[in-house]
Amino acid sequence: MSAEIDGGPLLEAVDVHKAFGPTPALDGAAIRLWPGEVVAVMGPSGSGKSTLLHCLAGILRPDSGTVYYRGAELSSMSDVARSELRRTDFGFVFQFGQLVPELTCLENVALPLRLGGQRRREAERAATEWLERLEVADVANKRPGETSGGQGQRVAVARALVTGPKVVFADEPTGALDSLNGERVMKLLVNAAKDTGAAVVLVTHEARVAAYSDREVVVRDGRTRQVELAQ
Amino acid sequence: MSIGLTLLGLLETGPRHGYDLKRAYDEHFGQDRPLHYGQVYSTLSRLLRDGLVEVDGVEVGEGPERKRYAITSAGVTDVHDWLITPERPEPYLHSTLYTKVVLALMSGRSAAEVLDVQRASHLETMRGLTRRKLTGDLADQLICDHALFHLEADLRWLELTAARLDQLAKEVRP
Ligand SMILES: Nc1ncnc2c1ncn2[C@@H]1O[C@H](COP(=O)(O)OP(=O)(O)OP(=O)(O)O)[C@@H](O)[C@H]1O
Ligand SMILES: [Mg+2]
Repeated sequence: MSAEIDGGPLLEAVDVHKAFGPTPALDGAAIRLWPGEVVAVMGPSGSGKSTLLHCLAGILRPDSGTVYYRGAELSSMSDVARSELRRTDFGFVFQFGQLVPELTCLENVALPLRLGGQRRREAERAATEWLERLEVADVANKRPGETSGGQGQRVAVARALVTGPKVVFADEPTGALDSLNGERVMKLLVNAAKDTGAAVVLVTHEARVAAYSDREVVVRDGRTRQVELAQ
Repeated sequence: MSIGLTLLGLLETGPRHGYDLKRAYDEHFGQDRPLHYGQVYSTLSRLLRDGLVEVDGVEVGEGPERKRYAITSAGVTDVHDWLITPERPEPYLHSTLYTKVVLALMSGRSAAEVLDVQRASHLETMRGLTRRKLTGDLADQLICDHALFHLEADLRWLELTAARLDQLAKEVRP
């Protein structure tokens, strides 16, 4: 992409403020993401976790403060450049998969590659590999509405990783699942991210899910806090 | 849970007689197990010996229980260190955590900080268990899951308490 700073953080937010009308959602939030690490963003409901994720991913523009991706200022990029960056370098998993209901699971996973200009055959071959890796090859030809919640989330993880992103943004990826399926999604997501070297921003309020991360950042009233334990 | 540190925490809000101290302890923390006078005085004499409290005044002729005790600066340091050091996860941790949160509020410290430090410590333990679970056999997984659910329960309670700090502060502040 652009001005890459070797040895610097992959993604960094500095003193980010964001309000929705009179409601302050972020009030001086800061976070650094290093290549390949899994960071859990925790905190009570309404504290600003999703807003922080959206600012980091260039979906929302902060009112003030700066977000840097590989040393370049996200907020000063054009909308076109930012959505291009999201397609090439970022992957997304949300609480409810947000797969395209009219497409099969295979077509859903192939979609980001197709949008990047890949031929159908190559895109679907790569998508098939990812479905196998996420242990959902059996739903390849079903539509998302015909899968279970756990299967759907694993398809969504496959779709997020198929382009080889540098960062995966996951907002409550297990929020709608029971413990067993949630654990399975987390294990596959974290293993796949570690294998491909992708960093993960994992928003969750569940400690058992956060325990899959390398470290956590707590958001409270729009401010971030990191606790360093002694020893 | 440490009775000595709890008494010190109570003394931080102002000097008290042994009898007041017992009453304050029983009111806030002694629902299940009120203190015996013997415990109060033996604890106070240990704190005195260690320089953590000092005698702030004696009402003459009325026996040893009329001594007023005040916390020393060494005592304040001990309370502070205790409050910001996370507890090792263990069953029935809640009574210690509850005590720490209430004392932090009473003394105008940040109770949110007590909770944050504890959460960080619990999560670190949970990460270790999660790693073990991912590489272990089924028995390992089941054992780790049991521990993980218990730690999670502690943390959920902490979150809920954190959300009620303002309300709790109103109830416990003198
Ligand atoms: N699009 C929006 N319009 C108006 N207010 C919003 C919008 N998005 C978020 N907010 C407000 O901003 C604050 C932070 O919201 P955010 O969604 O970031 O919280 P969260 O930590 O993700 O909560 P949850 O755990 O419930 O998902 C809240 O007060 C919320 O109501
Ligand atoms: Mg949210």
